[in-house]
Amino acid sequence: MVAQIDLRRLHALLDVGAQLVEVLPAAEYADQHLPGAINIPLKTVSPGTTASLNRTRPVVVYCWDGL
Amino acid sequence: MSPRAACRLEALGFTDVYDYAAGKEDWLAHNLPSEGAAANAPTAGSRLRHDVPTARPDETLAAVRARVDASPYRFALVVADDRTLLGRLRHAALDAAPGTAVHEVMESGPLTLRPHLALADVESHLRVHQLAYVIVTDPEGHLLGTVHR
Repeated sequence: MVAQIDLRRLHALLDVGAQLVEVLPAAEYADQHLPGAINIPLKTVSPGTTASLNRTRPVVVYCWDGL
Repeated sequence: MSPRAACRLEALGFTDVYDYAAGKEDWLAHNLPSEGAAANAPTAGSRLRHDVPTARPDETLAAVRARVDASPYRFALVVADDRTLLGRLRHAALDAAPGTAVHEVMESGPLTLRPHLALADVESHLRVHQLAYVIVTDPEGHLLGTVHR
């Protein structure tokens, strides 16, 4: 079960090196995203597209509002 | 969308995965910085004023009146210790007896907007409703500032 986190917890995770992943389509990412986030659209999540993520560090995913 | 992505990452073997479910909207609604083509577009948050007088609910009007009179504004915003917006004191309310507590005469729950609203939409809102300003808060109701015509 994936843990849902709020903004305060997000800040704490970023402080310890969490990786931010925006899963919205590329156009929405290009328009505006959280600082330092990378873009892996939901439809493209695969071993290949996630290969650049460091498995020893936390990964935080987000979209527009969780829906 | 993000819950499904998080589950997919776990299925791919990632063991330390979190879902910031409130997402980009929540981040921007806290007036936090962003990157991208629209990151510097004018928003309510980019035009905030922070100098409107504030008051605590248990203060007397005499103390608040002095601050309002020394400011360029004719109202004060009532906030809790953590800056949660509780109400507004319009100028007419400040004319009550000087010993009156703020919470007795404040207008509770004034309309607020979020900081990531496009500035053009805020300006349109001000024009349509013939308002001089709007109050901007984050999703938890903390006062961020005001935007004026």
